[in-house]
Amino acid sequence: MKAAPFAYTRAADVEEACALLAADESARVIAGGQTLVPMMAMRLARPTHLIDINRIAALSYVREQAGGVAIGATTRQCAVERDTLVKKRLPLLACTMPFIGHAATRARGTIGGSLAHADPAAELLLIAVTLDAVMTYRASGSDGEIAAHDFFTGLMTTSLPAGACLTAVRFPVWHGESRLGVGFHEVNARRSDFAFVAAAAQVALDESGKAKRIAIGVGAATEVPLRLATAEQQLTGGTLEEAKVAEALRDALAGHEMLSDLHASAEYRRRAAVTLAARAVADAKAQALGSKAHAH
Amino acid sequence: MRIKLTVNGETHALDLEERTTLLDCLRDHLKLKGAHAGCEHGVCGACTVLFDGAAVRSCLMFAPQAEGSAITTIEGVTPGPGELSPIQDAFCETHGMQCGYCTPAMILVAHALLADNPAPTRAEIVDAISGNICRCTGYAQIIEAIALAAERMRGANRPAERS
Repeated sequence: MKAAPFAYTRAADVEEACALLAADESARVIAGGQTLVPMMAMRLARPTHLIDINRIAALSYVREQAGGVAIGATTRQCAVERDTLVKKRLPLLACTMPFIGHAATRARGTIGGSLAHADPAAELLLIAVTLDAVMTYRASGSDGEIAAHDFFTGLMTTSLPAGACLTAVRFPVWHGESRLGVGFHEVNARRSDFAFVAAAAQVALDESGKAKRIAIGVGAATEVPLRLATAEQQLTGGTLEEAKVAEALRDALAGHEMLSDLHASAEYRRRAAVTLAARAVADAKAQALGSKAHAH
Repeated sequence: MRIKLTVNGETHALDLEERTTLLDCLRDHLKLKGAHAGCEHGVCGACTVLFDGAAVRSCLMFAPQAEGSAITTIEGVTPGPGELSPIQDAFCETHGMQCGYCTPAMILVAHALLADNPAPTRAEIVDAISGNICRCTGYAQIIEAIALAAERMRGANRPAERS
């Protein structure tokens, strides 16, 4: 459990990090290290050069931007967990943060690191896909953007260009929804460990209690988190009755191949995905209905 | 590469290979064996130390990343030689340990928790230690120990009420 030898550089800014990445194709960025260091310990990753971006202060922030909330790549997960803007504007992300690893890993783990490694069990990927987040990166002096659904391309694989450094993620905010609710559920061996299946939902109801807008995602069950778009379409305009929700979710998941390992079979993951997503939708609906009661 | 860091209040300058983890730096180079090497890939929590006040896994950090930082290990929590911190005391009193392998990390996690939250609920204590595996106690006495320590620390050093 010792990493292979590597060179180490503490980058002073993003430009330096990009230049070092461009100079060595086996170089890798290290941020919080909570995904990369275990991979290096098991020799699943053997970077020749680690470029540490932890101390680039300009990459650590949470702020409103372009109608959404932008979070800098090296912002610690524990900081996002406590952030008041996140609590106010991104309730789905806020309610998911405590499920990401344990307090001791959130103290070091970063938002960008989790997204850039694209572990299918990582909750942040699921929330990014569910909320249509946008990744921003810097490569050879210019900035680029990639939408979450194009960013995660496979197991531990992203479409981030070679030599690029992920700089931020921007989560859109559902503005003007007075009856908004969110739900998140996951199943794992021990609370906060890697999820076998996770599900997230965000729902906005109209005055009559019908679903105006709905986003449902399932993570850890497939190679990349899924957005259940067909279920979202079917359920929009309805009252999110339990049986209808379950049926729509089952149909939406039908064509997808589930992961299978010694912890959870594909069949188990499929059943759990339907159940957890249904619970997430039910929670979101209850919260949205409650937020009206609360306002009155 | 040369690394400077402060451990338990003492500043050290060390020449280490880049790939040395903070855990190996503490154990092998500073001879602080209280930070335990369990799984060495971030699962068991036995290597937890306080890094600038926050509980972190020292196996998931390379020593060069700790440059200029302040680290506290279990050896640094005692008020003086031969004495125990209130949390260590509580672990002894409630039988919060058996083999002792997870204990230093449990105590440091408790330190971080109580520094931030002097009156944690049982659920908050459970959540705080959720990343630390204990194979002996069944956790109940560890939870009890932290609750007892919290209670004592809340009561300590309070100026006497004047009538």
